[in-house]
Amino acid sequence: MQWETVIGLEVHLQLATRSKIFSGSATTFGAEPNTQASAVDLAMPGMLPVLNAKAVRYAVMFGLGIGADIGRRSVFDRKNYFYPDLPKGYQISQFEAPIVGRGNFEIQLDDGSTRSIGITRAHLEEDAGKSLHEDFHGQTGIDLNRAGTPLLEIVSEPDLRNAAEAVAYLKALHSLVTYLGISDGNMAEGSMRCDINISLRPVGSDTLGTRAEIKNVNSFRFVEKAIRHEFERQVEILEDGGRIVQETRLYDADLDETRPMRSKEVANDYRYFPEPDLLPVVIDEAYIESVRAELPELPVQKRHRFVDQYGLSGYDANVLADSRELADYFEAVVAACGDAKIAANWVQVELLGQLNRGELALGDCPVSATALGGLIGRILDNSISGKIAKQVFEAMWQGEGRADEIIEARGLKQVSDSGELEAMVEQVIAASPGQVEQYLAADEDRRKKLVGFFVGQVMKLSKGQANPQMVNELLAKKLV
Amino acid sequence: MAIGQDEIEKIAELARIRIAPDQIGDVTRRITDILGMVDQLQAADTKDVEPMANPLDAVQRLRADEVTEENRREAFQAIAPAVENGLYLVPRVVE
Repeated sequence: MQWETVIGLEVHLQLATRSKIFSGSATTFGAEPNTQASAVDLAMPGMLPVLNAKAVRYAVMFGLGIGADIGRRSVFDRKNYFYPDLPKGYQISQFEAPIVGRGNFEIQLDDGSTRSIGITRAHLEEDAGKSLHEDFHGQTGIDLNRAGTPLLEIVSEPDLRNAAEAVAYLKALHSLVTYLGISDGNMAEGSMRCDINISLRPVGSDTLGTRAEIKNVNSFRFVEKAIRHEFERQVEILEDGGRIVQETRLYDADLDETRPMRSKEVANDYRYFPEPDLLPVVIDEAYIESVRAELPELPVQKRHRFVDQYGLSGYDANVLADSRELADYFEAVVAACGDAKIAANWVQVELLGQLNRGELALGDCPVSATALGGLIGRILDNSISGKIAKQVFEAMWQGEGRADEIIEARGLKQVSDSGELEAMVEQVIAASPGQVEQYLAADEDRRKKLVGFFVGQVMKLSKGQANPQMVNELLAKKLV
Repeated sequence: MAIGQDEIEKIAELARIRIAPDQIGDVTRRITDILGMVDQLQAADTKDVEPMANPLDAVQRLRADEVTEENRREAFQAIAPAVENGLYLVPRVVE
C-alpha cells in the first residue's frame, strides 16, 4: 500500500525579551545556575506574576506576520503538573483564548514551488527550568534560570506531507521570526524547539490516522531524521496489520531512533483552569495598528519583490531573502554595481561559499557589499574577466585591499588593447597550422567548437587577461 | 455523571494528594455528588454568556521589559535543603 504522511508541528519559540515573562529576572543565555531566578521564578509564597509588555507585543507581531486574527481578549491558564523544574506545580500558559488565532503562511520548497501552511494558533507561556540528571550522587540538579523565559508556542495544522516540507516550514518560520526580531532563532541554545505530530494514512484517504508525538527536537537535521525514522516505524507496524498507539516518543539523535517516553512521564491530566493571578489581556485596534506600522518587510514580500524588481528566479530570491542581513547585503551590492543577476550569482556562489568554508556569519564577512559591488563593476566594464575576478575576490577576502588596488598591484587588468591582442592572436595562429587547416575545412557548426581551441591558447598566452569578446572578434577576422 | 474509584485514585496521584484507602469510597461518593451538581449547572442555557476568566472587572496591566531583579542566589539557597555547584538538589526524577 502507498502511505501518505501527515505532519503537524508545535514550535516553542523563545522570545527575545531582556526580562522574563512574569518577573524582572534577566534571560541571558549561559549564566551561572540560578543567578537569574528571582522569588517569582522560584514560586516563593505570595509572589505574583506581572506580564511583560514586550512579550505581548512580540506575539502580536508574529500574529500580524502570518495574517492571523489577534485575540482581543486573551486569557492565561494554569497547566498543572508536578516536576521539580516547575516550582509552582503549574505552568502559566494559554488554553481557551490564545493571543494569536488562525493564520497561514507561505513556504517555499527546494524545487521553487510554494505551499500555504495553516497555523492553528499561537499562545504565550513560560518555560520551565532545567533538570540535570548526571553527577549528583543519585540526585537531580535543578537550574531555574530558564524558568519563566517567555515562549510563543506555534501550532501548525496537519498540512505538511513529508520531512522536506516540515524542514521548509521550520526554515520559513525561522526566517520570519528573525526578520521580525522577536527571537534570535538560535536552535543550538534552544530558542526554537519542535514537537512533531505524525500519522500515516493510505494515499487518497481523507481521515487522519492515529498519531505519535515526538518531543523536543532541536535542529532542522534532527527533524528530518526523526520524521524519516518514524515514518518507517509506522509503515512497518501498519503493513504487519498492527495499530499505531497514540503516544509520546523521544528522538534519540545518537541512536537515530524514536522510543516511547515512560508512561509515568506522560500520564498527565493537566487540569487547565483560568489563572486567577492574571487578568484578561485586552488588545485594541489602535494597539494592533501601532504594531502593524512597525512591521518590517517580511520574507515572503521580499521574495516576491526580488522576483518582480530584479527578475531573479524563485529559488535565488528564496536564498537571498532568507535573512534580513543577507537580503540587505545583496541589495547593497546591486546598488553598487547596477546588475542584479550578476550580484545574485556572486553573493550566492562566491560570498556564501567563502562564508561556509570559513564557518563565518555574514556579520564577520571581511568584504563589504560596496567592495563586492566595486569588483563586479570591473567585470561589467570589461576591466577583468569573471575568472580573474574570482582571484581578486580571494585576495579581497584575505584583506589585500579593494578590487581596483588588487587589480592594479597584480597587473590583472584585462588586455583590451587591440594591437596587443592582435599580436597574440597572430602568434597562436602561426603556431597551430594543423588546427587552422581543420578549422578552415569545417562547416559553420563545427567551427564554433573548434574556435575554442584558439581562444584557449590566447587566454593562456595572456595569462587569462585577454578580453574574451575581443579575442573572438579578432579570431573571426583572422581565420579566413 | 459518575466517576469511578480508579479515576479518583489517578487524579489524586497526579495532584499528589494522599487519600487513605478507607476514605476512597467516601471521597468518590462526594465528588460524584459535586459532579451531579455540575451536570445541573450545565443544563443552563449559556449561549449568550461570555465565559468569565476572572471575577474582577478589570484588564491586565503590563510591565516594561526591564531587568529589575538582581542575583540573590545565596539568600535563596541558604534555605534550600541541598545545593551543589549553584544547583538545587532534589530526589532523582528519572531511573
